[in-house]
Amino acid sequence: MRQRFEGSAHLIRLAVVAAAFVLLFLLIRRAVVPAGFGQYGHFRPAALKEIAAREPVFAGREACAGCHDEIVQAKDKGPHAHVGCEACHGALAVHANDPSALKPTLPVPLHLCPTCHEADAAKPKSFPQVASLTHSGGASCVECHNAHQPKL
Amino acid sequence: MESLVSGVQGFMYPNEVKLQWSLLIVLYPYITGLVAGAFILASLARVFDVAVVRPIYRLSLVTALAFLLVAPLPLQLHLGHPERSLEMYLTPHRTSAMAMFGFVYLWYLTVVLLLEIWLDYRKDIVLASRSHTGPLKWIYTALTLGSQDISPRALHVDERVGFAVTLIGIPSAFLLHGYVGFIFGSVKANPWWSTPLMPVVFLLSAMVSGIAAVLLVYQASSLLRRRPIDMNCLDAVARYLFYVFIVDFSMEMLDLIHRTYEAGQSFHTLDFMVHTRLFVSQIVLQIFGGTLLPLSILALTLAFSLSPAVRRRLYAVAGVTTLIGIFAMRWNVVIGGQLFSKSYLGYTTYKVAFAEREGLTMAIVLMILPVFILWALVRLLPPWDESRAVENL
Repeated sequence: MRQRFEGSAHLIRLAVVAAAFVLLFLLIRRAVVPAGFGQYGHFRPAALKEIAAREPVFAGREACAGCHDEIVQAKDKGPHAHVGCEACHGALAVHANDPSALKPTLPVPLHLCPTCHEADAAKPKSFPQVASLTHSGGASCVECHNAHQPKL
Repeated sequence: MESLVSGVQGFMYPNEVKLQWSLLIVLYPYITGLVAGAFILASLARVFDVAVVRPIYRLSLVTALAFLLVAPLPLQLHLGHPERSLEMYLTPHRTSAMAMFGFVYLWYLTVVLLLEIWLDYRKDIVLASRSHTGPLKWIYTALTLGSQDISPRALHVDERVGFAVTLIGIPSAFLLHGYVGFIFGSVKANPWWSTPLMPVVFLLSAMVSGIAAVLLVYQASSLLRRRPIDMNCLDAVARYLFYVFIVDFSMEMLDLIHRTYEAGQSFHTLDFMVHTRLFVSQIVLQIFGGTLLPLSILALTLAFSLSPAVRRRLYAVAGVTTLIGIFAMRWNVVIGGQLFSKSYLGYTTYKVAFAEREGLTMAIVLMILPVFILWALVRLLPPWDESRAVENL
């Protein structure tokens, strides 16, 4: 037996080094892979509870209507009726809970409006769309349009 | 968004306007191709015991290693968050072809390439650990793993095990680059990519680019070291390049003829693209400049008895044009596959950024980096015949 492995000592050392790497990998894996990983899919099961426990950041349009009823009613009569307030103004649960805690800043129309209304052949023809670079000559969209009732 | 839309012609779905896979994703199959090709050249020389190409055996191995070390970098830069790449190993995603590629890469790097290089260089490493001083001595001693045994019996064992590793290495190298083609070929939503020929074409073009790279590296290194080039070896490598290139070109043409004759739903779109947006990269650079030109040059060297000096220069031109052609092929696959709409009704444009994370500067750095790694590797592990450890000690 001893004769058979003669001249193979370096390979045995290599096997030991390789085994040490595999062992190290397994130890790291044991230490860093979260418990129960893969139980429901390729994610941590604890993530479900963590996500469920998070505070909502959106207040919802009913909360907006509580104080800004006039604006919400005006918007609901125009083509933006189906667009939520926070789609343009951002997530405002903090403001809804305590209006003095956060004063929302108005969006910049020339940045915001083209995200939906920039001309693109892939959009339905009935959807209002413009080439924003040339349409207003650099003037803000709200100089002509009312954001809550945009139809002229 | 405005500038992007201006590059669109016809109808594009909004998520097709901007290309998701950039120049770095072109580099990735290009670099892995060089690795696989260089290794296959070395392995065939060893397995079939072709004495004439023995001078480039070790050079091919260290070239393959230099490029393999750089191969994951384009992906890391493209994806961002390089620390997350380890999660591929920690929590393997067995149904994702891309995620499993991490294991293909690791297998090839450790079990094949590093092991083969270590076994082949072990005698040199042991001798270097005895003759060097300072930090180099520590490095060589660490590489010996504490075993100084270079008895004839131990070297015989190395030779036997090394041969077995090479035997495993050939299908592994085929797997490495076939897998890259497989990832593209299995995207069934993209008619430019989705063909079972894709792994075969990728593999053959990998062999072509790897052989061309070794041909150039051997010439350049001999020139820099002011050593004569072994013309028998160079002629043999150029011959291999010619033969493999013919098979590769035939496969690509087979794919083209098949697509043209089949004339499927997507054909008019792809045909239009080849005649417009991909005309320079596909027709001019890939087919004429990068395939027919080097093939003609190589055929010329076979048909006529030219002087060694002329042959060397022609081989260099053939090598460079081949590498440009294979790069153009990767570009046409990766970028070309994203330029047309899946509605087959429109086309978009790709403009390479300059000094961004995925821009031209980074691509150039990534292509120069393996040369520096190769320089460091050949200083540590000289692949030249004259620096081989003398046989009988």
